[in-house]
Amino acid sequence: MKLPAWLHKFASPPHVYGFAGALYPWLLGLSLVLMAVGFYGGLVLAPADYQQGDGFRIIYVHVPSAYLSTAVYALMATASAIGLIWRMKVAHAVAAAAAPIGAWFTLLALMTGAIWGKPMWGTYWQWDPRLTSELILLFIYLGYISLRGAFDELGKADRASAWLAVVGVVNLPIIHYSVIWWSSIHQGPTIKKLGSPSITMEMVWPLLLLIFAYSLFFAAILLQRLRAEILDRERYSRWVGGVVQATASPT
Amino acid sequence: MIRVLWAQIQRDLRVAYRRAGDVASPLMFFALVTSLVPLAIAPSRTVLQNLGPGILWIGALLAMLLSLNALFRQDLDDGSMEQLAIGQHPLPALMLAKSIAHWLVAGVPLVLLAPVLAVTYHLSAPTVSALMITLLLGTPTLSLLGSFGAALTAGVRQSGGLLALLVLPLCLPVLMFGARATALAGLGESIAGPLYLLAALLALALTLLPLATAAAIRISLD
Repeated sequence: MKLPAWLHKFASPPHVYGFAGALYPWLLGLSLVLMAVGFYGGLVLAPADYQQGDGFRIIYVHVPSAYLSTAVYALMATASAIGLIWRMKVAHAVAAAAAPIGAWFTLLALMTGAIWGKPMWGTYWQWDPRLTSELILLFIYLGYISLRGAFDELGKADRASAWLAVVGVVNLPIIHYSVIWWSSIHQGPTIKKLGSPSITMEMVWPLLLLIFAYSLFFAAILLQRLRAEILDRERYSRWVGGVVQATASPT
Repeated sequence: MIRVLWAQIQRDLRVAYRRAGDVASPLMFFALVTSLVPLAIAPSRTVLQNLGPGILWIGALLAMLLSLNALFRQDLDDGSMEQLAIGQHPLPALMLAKSIAHWLVAGVPLVLLAPVLAVTYHLSAPTVSALMITLLLGTPTLSLLGSFGAALTAGVRQSGGLLALLVLPLCLPVLMFGARATALAGLGESIAGPLYLLAALLALALTLLPLATAAAIRISLD
């Protein structure tokens, strides 16, 4: 199979480096503005929940993090598969750059969930399907990062960790559905039912906006990490030397 | 193709037979760990009956993990893996044979030892048979997953802890269905559901994982 023509440019590290650098400030700026709006809407404008009081407001951190923890993994596995199939080094760099961010979002989702769980459920932790899958996802991220770190050769690290990511993506739904066997106390999804949402619109729009803002924020951080990753990988090439000389200001 | 598979299995079994000490150590580990638990907790009959299925399953899982470290080491060191990779037979099939051989050497003895240990946990006869059936269905999946993990870490020096970190999360469904079915049998309920799921997992692992294992072992040969 051949790559579409416009994708070929993205196989070239200098092109991606420049592209990511141009896009980064825009994405970051937009995500920060949207986050400010979303947090104002969620933390100030939205009414307190009639049962959970102000405690529910932690969902404005929890839900976007949980969403991104899985979305980042999907992106990482897709990039890994692209890297394996078309031997595209930039795709491996994307996967490598995404993994730590995904792991942090997973940890954030788990921790905000625990903080919320103590007053609401009366316990920090419960062996509930979603919590357990999220914890396992964290371990898979950590395994991926450790495996990558264990190799001396970059090419081997790329391919081995890419295979792990691909096998993990088959396994994650299996893990998720197998833990569903245990009775769940996690509340059902509330924002999927947009037709008749079980929470008021005043609470929903900041949440949707924040999910979008967090995704943009992730994209911005990913691009910046990707730039660092590419510079590191290409450190012996001529164009990186040029970048370094241009950045080091002449005194 | 079957002949090639069989020849590879025979060869691996012969190698294992001549290094019987390596084969025995996971078994001893299994027996030791599962005997330590009752000594560490209050060994009352009901507690042991409740915890038994889970502990025996975890013991089996860890024992399998212990035997994985050396799975490809010797073949990689003496160059026979390279011969397999450049030979005319498809590498995934040979990897499947290696997983089967690993299961015969590391998995089947665990299945046979489990009822003896189950007696020390005062498990009832239906529970013991459920334990054996689930182990029989679950350990091949563990062998296949473990082979994949061992292949990924074959080129890494300090691979022991890393192997556990990679393989254990992937083994979670097998552990849960296996221990769950055994516990259900203790309550006198039907275990058909988890058994079907274990069988489904095995079918999936059997078809897909040898491909991934072969790809992973090729990385370490580069």
